[in-house]
Amino acid sequence: MSDQKDEKKTNRRDFLFTATAAAGAVGVGAAVWPLVDQMNPDASVKALASTEVDVSSMQPGQSLTVLWRGKPVFIKRRTEDEIKKARTVDINDLKHPEKDEDRAKNPEWLVMLGICTHLGCVPLTDKGDYDGWFCPCHGSHYDTSGRIRKGPAPTNMEIPKYEFVNTNTIKIG
Amino acid sequence: MSDHEYTPSSKFGKWFNDRLPLLTLANHLTDYPTPKNLNYWWTFGGILTFCLITQIVTGLVLAMHYIAHADMAFSSVEHIMRDVNYGWLLRYVHANGASMFFLAVYIHIFRSLFYGSYKSPREIIWILGIIIYLLMMAAAFMGYVLPWGQMSFWGATVITNLFSAIPLVGESITTWLWGGYSVDNPTLTRFFTLHYLIPFLILGLVVLHIWALHVPGNNNPVGIDIKKPSKDTVPFHPYIVIKDAFALLMFCIVFALFVFYQPNILGHADNYIEADPLVTPAHIVPEWYLLPFYAILRSVPDKLMGVVAMLSAILILAALPWLDTSKVRSAVFRPLFRQFYWILVADVLILGYVGAMPAEGLYLLIARVATVYYFAHFLIILPVLGWKEKTTPLPLSITEPVLGGSPNFATARIDEKIQKTIK
Repeated sequence: MSDQKDEKKTNRRDFLFTATAAAGAVGVGAAVWPLVDQMNPDASVKALASTEVDVSSMQPGQSLTVLWRGKPVFIKRRTEDEIKKARTVDINDLKHPEKDEDRAKNPEWLVMLGICTHLGCVPLTDKGDYDGWFCPCHGSHYDTSGRIRKGPAPTNMEIPKYEFVNTNTIKIG
Repeated sequence: MSDHEYTPSSKFGKWFNDRLPLLTLANHLTDYPTPKNLNYWWTFGGILTFCLITQIVTGLVLAMHYIAHADMAFSSVEHIMRDVNYGWLLRYVHANGASMFFLAVYIHIFRSLFYGSYKSPREIIWILGIIIYLLMMAAAFMGYVLPWGQMSFWGATVITNLFSAIPLVGESITTWLWGGYSVDNPTLTRFFTLHYLIPFLILGLVVLHIWALHVPGNNNPVGIDIKKPSKDTVPFHPYIVIKDAFALLMFCIVFALFVFYQPNILGHADNYIEADPLVTPAHIVPEWYLLPFYAILRSVPDKLMGVVAMLSAILILAALPWLDTSKVRSAVFRPLFRQFYWILVADVLILGYVGAMPAEGLYLLIARVATVYYFAHFLIILPVLGWKEKTTPLPLSITEPVLGGSPNFATARIDEKIQKTIK
């Protein structure tokens, strides 16, 4: 105000302003967080975390779609030919390089999230230029290992956490 | 201005107005000096207010019968259609009302683009308009999800997945938006809440939009600043009110044609199939009014860049007052801009068309060319045009050209030819 010289000197009032603002910001943050976090998945949604699937009746070449956490999971029992196609690809040709060996531990079984990594549509099985999957929404082509080969999707279809409980049952999640 | 001198005639009116000056506000609105040369393209502001109120009123009553639950939403909409008294009418008015709302807003926006209404001193009005437009798109999108049909579900999946393109936090944001690991009941309930909220936010912004408009007053077809009030203006009531009312009536005829004769033509048949998370429809298309932006999204082969391009296509409009460097507002006096304006209109229509087609082959190529042109219009053509273009002489007042001809498109062209021959 009147004493122009002391303008830049920090005084007790500045300290009080800063301290009040900081305490206020923490208070507002704490009050807002529950309002934000309530939108995250709730306990009942999280509880449905795993699904067991009986695959004993599946023949080579057949595929099955099951629902896990509200999302489709493709379980495909691949034929010899499909496995060969997936494993002989030059890894450098891939947009998202991943070996088929890493995607399907048991080469006969491919278990993956049936969700196009572009914008989340469900691709169609045994379609597309690479005889794997084809997403009708925006034209992404996946190969027999579910890897993106052509189209706008940025990555391969995701492999969820799964295990063979016994020879006939797969547990996803 | 006359506002300040206003005194209510009755004693009670004066008593009330001294305490809450509502009558002064009403007087301002009726006496508001409006350029006398406004054409019918200026009636869409009033039409849009009507659309908003229609959506709020029909939405309110639909919400009395609708059930926002993934297991019941679809059948509750059918219940509205078959069992509720006049439910079919209310729902068809609401659903087609959204399309009519967008039809009117696109005309309103393109009127602004033609007559340079976004230019100084009206930038804030324009930006408020863009925010309203964004909120309209959010409301329309969420409203489309509520019937929980196949297009609802997969449209919601595609649009919410746009957020997963954000680096690092994209997946968490998408999960947060869904309230789960996919679009499901929590998503539906929150969309319903927001769909109910947004129209009231829009209503608030409309008040600001009109308030900001009443500071400089309306732009007009010749785009020059005018003195208010003067010989160039007429009071809003009754002159503009009656003109707006007539235009609204014409608009309602079109509205009624859709509601009563083709209520489903703007929708998609797949939305009469209940949502199924295991089956994606063969061809996902958004509602018609979002198609140009959808085409831009799909024309970019990279996921993140596609989303960025789509959002930029809308947000670039907010920068328009500064991208258009020309001091002349109205396209009537800008011979080159006028041509580029119509190319832009064609470009947006083409984008809309290819947005509805599969993203492959020739369609994809056209979409890419049209996308590049769209951005070039705003980022290259408009800034350069402001410097290079030779504009035709502006009249001194609205009254002046009336003596020699009206300032519309055709006669301005004739004027141009006359000027050329004189030279």
